[in-house]
Amino acid sequence: MADSVNLTIDGKAVQAAPGTLVIDAAKKVGIEIPAFCYWEGLTLQAACRMCLVEVERMPKLMTACTLTVAEGMVVRTETPLVAEARKSMLEFVLTNHPLDCPVCDKGGECELQDMTFRYGAGEGRFDEMKVHVDEKQWSPVVYFDAPRCILCYRCVRICDEGMGVDALGVIYRGVVSEIAPNKEDHLQCDECGMCIDICPVGALTSGMYRYRTRPWEMEHTGTICAHCSNGCKTTLGTRNGQIIRGNNRDKSGINGEFLCIKGRYAFDFNSHPERLQSPLMRIGGKLEPVSWSRAIGEVARRFTEIRERGGRFGVVGSNRTSNEENYYLQKFARQGLGTNNIDHRRTGDVPALIDALAGRTGVLATVKDVYTAKASLVIGSDLAQQHPLLAYQLRANWRHHQSHTYTVTRGPVREDKYSVHGVRVEPGAELGALESLRDQLKAEPELVILFGDAIKGEAVRRLVEFGDSLGIPVKYICLVDYSNSRGAVDMGLLPHLGPGYQGVENPGMSLPEMLAAEDLDAFWVVGANPLEHNKLAADRAFVVVHDLFLTETAERADVVFPAASAYEKNGTVTNVCGEVQHLRSAVQTMGVKTDLEILGLLSKEMRINLGMWTPESVLREIRQTVRGYNVALPVIAAGGAAQSLPLNGRVTLDSRPELIQSAGDTLFTSGTLGRYSKTLLSVLEYPGVLYGEAAEPEADRR
Amino acid sequence: MLYNEPSPLEVKVLSRRFGLPDSQSINTYLAHEGYQAFRKAAAMTPDDIINEVKISSLRGRGGAGFPTGMKWSFVPRNSPKPKYIVVNADESEPGTCKDRLLMEYDPHQLIEGMMIAGLAVDAHTGYIYIRGEYRYLINLMDRAIAEAYERGYLGKNIQGTGFDFDVYTHTGAGAYECGEESALLESLEGKRGIPRIRPPFPAVSGAFQCPTVLNNVETYCAVPAIIRDGGAAFAALGTPKNGGTRLFCLSGHVNRPGVYELPMGFNLLRMINEVGGGVRGGKKLKAVIPGGSSCPVLKAEECDLAMDFDTVAQAKSMLGSGGVVVMDEDTCMVKAALRIMKFYAHESCGWCIPCREGTIWLRKLLDRFHAGFGQQGDIPLIGEVAKNMLGRTFCPLGDAAAMPTISFVEKFYDEFEAHLDGKPCPYEEVNRFALA
Amino acid sequence: MTFSPELEAKFEKLLRSYPPGRQRSALIPMLMFAQDEVGSVTPEVIAEIAARIGISELQVREVLSYYSMLHTKPMGKYHIQVCTNISCLLTGGEEIWEQARKKLGCGHKEVTADGQFSLEEVECIGACSWAPAIQVNYDFHHNVTPEKFNALIDSLRKLH
Ligand SMILES: Cc1cc2nc3c(=O)[nH]c(=O)nc-3n(C[C@H](O)[C@H](O)[C@H](O)COP(=O)(O)O)c2cc1C
Ligand code: SF4
Ligand code: FES
Repeated sequence: MADSVNLTIDGKAVQAAPGTLVIDAAKKVGIEIPAFCYWEGLTLQAACRMCLVEVERMPKLMTACTLTVAEGMVVRTETPLVAEARKSMLEFVLTNHPLDCPVCDKGGECELQDMTFRYGAGEGRFDEMKVHVDEKQWSPVVYFDAPRCILCYRCVRICDEGMGVDALGVIYRGVVSEIAPNKEDHLQCDECGMCIDICPVGALTSGMYRYRTRPWEMEHTGTICAHCSNGCKTTLGTRNGQIIRGNNRDKSGINGEFLCIKGRYAFDFNSHPERLQSPLMRIGGKLEPVSWSRAIGEVARRFTEIRERGGRFGVVGSNRTSNEENYYLQKFARQGLGTNNIDHRRTGDVPALIDALAGRTGVLATVKDVYTAKASLVIGSDLAQQHPLLAYQLRANWRHHQSHTYTVTRGPVREDKYSVHGVRVEPGAELGALESLRDQLKAEPELVILFGDAIKGEAVRRLVEFGDSLGIPVKYICLVDYSNSRGAVDMGLLPHLGPGYQGVENPGMSLPEMLAAEDLDAFWVVGANPLEHNKLAADRAFVVVHDLFLTETAERADVVFPAASAYEKNGTVTNVCGEVQHLRSAVQTMGVKTDLEILGLLSKEMRINLGMWTPESVLREIRQTVRGYNVALPVIAAGGAAQSLPLNGRVTLDSRPELIQSAGDTLFTSGTLGRYSKTLLSVLEYPGVLYGEAAEPEADRR
Repeated sequence: MLYNEPSPLEVKVLSRRFGLPDSQSINTYLAHEGYQAFRKAAAMTPDDIINEVKISSLRGRGGAGFPTGMKWSFVPRNSPKPKYIVVNADESEPGTCKDRLLMEYDPHQLIEGMMIAGLAVDAHTGYIYIRGEYRYLINLMDRAIAEAYERGYLGKNIQGTGFDFDVYTHTGAGAYECGEESALLESLEGKRGIPRIRPPFPAVSGAFQCPTVLNNVETYCAVPAIIRDGGAAFAALGTPKNGGTRLFCLSGHVNRPGVYELPMGFNLLRMINEVGGGVRGGKKLKAVIPGGSSCPVLKAEECDLAMDFDTVAQAKSMLGSGGVVVMDEDTCMVKAALRIMKFYAHESCGWCIPCREGTIWLRKLLDRFHAGFGQQGDIPLIGEVAKNMLGRTFCPLGDAAAMPTISFVEKFYDEFEAHLDGKPCPYEEVNRFALA
Repeated sequence: MTFSPELEAKFEKLLRSYPPGRQRSALIPMLMFAQDEVGSVTPEVIAEIAARIGISELQVREVLSYYSMLHTKPMGKYHIQVCTNISCLLTGGEEIWEQARKKLGCGHKEVTADGQFSLEEVECIGACSWAPAIQVNYDFHHNVTPEKFNALIDSLRKLH
């Protein structure tokens, strides 16, 4: 087969790889062929007939979405015949389409409106009764208005092929054909909203967004999802200081078109009525609102006093605050308070992996690698539940490149559906089970290994040894839980490791040790909730908490600072693959401050000089001092992801594997933050299950 | 008992055993040359079999008239995949009722035809997709298949030839679209009857994504005769490029409607007058649909023509599936167009926009028009809507709906005009308030 | 749910009629045969067949709702299907249809109060040369006249 095929489209000479579809070849040279049903990456339908073009020596108009390029082919996309065909398709589709654009959520960004404007018939000739069906609600987040549906089957395909869920289908036939949900009158699915996003018209609408605004009245801010570690870009639509929707329709970012329920809908924690909007101080045993200056003053005074008398601090950082905040916090603790008693909730053994791979290059996989690698091995994770984007990439890799997937898990996972080999193991036996896959894996040209918290400490080194023994290129992803879990480790929120995995001289207390230390004088928690399931042994400790909500930990505090959320700040976060991305502030909540600002104000009040506390200046320092973080600024600034590569040296290991444990969040939970998302709480699927472990609720089985 | 008296003008090749006592039994079949063609074919090379079929000028009897030998030759020889023989016994084209008889009176002829096709393309499994309404034929075919297994005409090493062949029946469940070959294959796989994107064609990727020969019942039934008597003999029965005979289904306003086996190229007027005994009640002929409801209608004066694929095509209609529907002078052509469109609107699978929306639009438009609420502008609109569907739909069902409609409007414009401006239908009383 | 031994045998045979891994092919025949026995495709039938074939209930419903002979509500003991398509139309199919509505006192896809009869106007049933034609369940009746129709219904009624 030739490497490329020469053809002519609208008089332009075009070269394309054999097998390219004419619609894609045209796009490459800037010729847009309109289409409803065609969607790159999904199976072909040829149903909407909008893409009909003239092709020399073909008796009929051809669908550019199914026609592959051929040597010498001559295609015309703007002839009178083509124009007339497009116009007639629009006329057909509008016959039964309600003209309720003025109240339709999609108005203004509707593909049918746009196409009618460009190619359509201004006047309808259809005088008959339209088919009407009432609107239905399929879940708290999904509504379906059948008459608006143009049956492009995008939703059906994205759900089946993209998500691997297959919750949507088509019932009846002919003009009454209708999209239908899997549970007769409702959906039971990932509630990801991909179907809504991909719908070209207003047939599928979002329970969060419907009838709340017109699209042009919103401002749009592209930032990074506040929930899991995969780090999807989400574009927040805001109006009057409120986030109204999240989506990723411009397909930019590492997640392309993908978002899960959290990235798309779980922004609603941000405007939860229980959001803290004023500092609180314990006065007469009760937490009372006070001014910022009073709260800052009080904390600074107590911290200074404790520091001066050589008291014991315990500092807990967050899995969700920005790299800049994490960096600044550890600097504050180490330099300002003179303690290495700093930790965070550890969810994966990243240091062990960094150590095992020290000195190598090209061994840390990116989100993109999961889509392109010839083979992948998932160990100890229910990927579709815990790492939705990685799971999406893996599925797409299988669909588009027939890649091989292997799973080693303790129960059934969605990846089984397409994995070439799935091994079931007792928890803890994961590593041993790999032997049974050795011969198959050896035969693969390359491999990405994704491993969860089952592999930690010594096991990580053994896993890498196993990888080395395969004799093929292997890349790794150490799975961690939250939006900046990786950044927390990289920035040194650890008692024994400073930023960039620098060993510290006198390792401090770990989080459980802090909780158990009866003589702790101050306990400072920045964006975490360690007291959710634990008690603080030190009854008399002065407790300071930064949070969005009055969590179990905040309730125990002496001073609570109302913190800004990830959607209210600038900075960077690092995803599970070590990719650094930009957070952009989309809204402001009255009364709150970013953690960085709170840290800065405290340091100023305490007369500790830790440097400027703007995100830019702290990032500059991080890039200069933290190993692996001299990432390209323009890439990040432009909304791209730059991978940090902290592999240039060994890590003084004191891995304490027993401290590492994933929270086991599902698609529908997100630690404490998830409890403040009405959307997550409202879906039937909440809180979700891992490894199919809980049976389907009885009520739902007929 | 036969459904209708045979005509002396018939040339009985496929229907030669019709009317024999116990004609469906394998004994009757064997006593009348049954399975001899299979024995002969088993001794031939696949190329020779295909060549014989090519020589016979046999063209598909399902509607499109594609040369059968050529279709068989498209099946890749060295594909490692299993290959399949699929019979299209969906027979749903309005005006068509011939495959029923072929299965009812001579089921073994069909089985033998499938086996020979199997020999020709190295297939060892066959499925007969029978429309759900023909339940009695499924039972009957199942009995015939069981008989064939019992007597060693199906199964392993058939009659010592070393050839293995299995046949299964499969029921449809009420969907005209499942007669379209790729929709049929989807239905065979347990799915909605939505056609597939082509290429690949069934010969390359058909049933279960494997190479497949898919033909109409009548097409397979012609094969034993072709092998037995030679392709040339079969070809000689018809006209050039249109070999053999064909079962024509004469219906509508004729005195002796029925299914008659006549040579390809038989004159249409003769068929109506001599085979069918003329127009019922001595009325004048107004129009004929020559090959099932998908074919453009012919006016009476266009009917003096040879019924073969090419001649009918020259007359801008189609030989189709052999359903000859005769309409006398008292037939309301608006009503006829409406009824046909009602069918297509009901049967459109709904997959593509122009067919889904076009058929229902036309049905509503014609309904309103026939009820006397038509306006001058509606007449050209009917034609234009149909033309906007033509050649642009996902599968030929859209064309099947558009083509007759266009012909009705063009050829009987005056009848449409006669319905205008609230005038009552000249042919019948219409309840104006019963708009569907 | 349990089916009769005969139906189980049919299912068994069906599942062996298609290539390995292609048992979904049995779906439409299974639905048809189950409908014949149960009277309609009930939610239980859907769940059972979905489980046996290993597909989702939605996939069954997608298919079920596509085919006009499959229905989710019970029809009469005698399901009277009157063809009014072109060949039947030309030979009096509409009169038969009107007659049927009058005689049975029910309309398209409706069931008589006693549950004995149901009526459906159907598309071409492949009896064009012997039109007008009707089907009672799976039995064909050709060259029907209003009188013959009445007699047929009366004789079916008498069976009770
Ligand atoms: C909408 C539609 C319905 C069809 N219905 C039938 C049918 O009922 N029986 C049939 O044999 N062919 C039918 N065909 C034609 C088939 O697609 C196919 O061409 C034929 O079965 C091939 O067999 P042949 O070459 O022997 O004719 C139909 C085609 C279309 C587009
Ligand atoms: S996959 Fe993770 S990062 Fe992406 S949208 Fe979902 S929760 Fe957010
Ligand atoms: S994009 Fe080609 S038919 Fe819809």
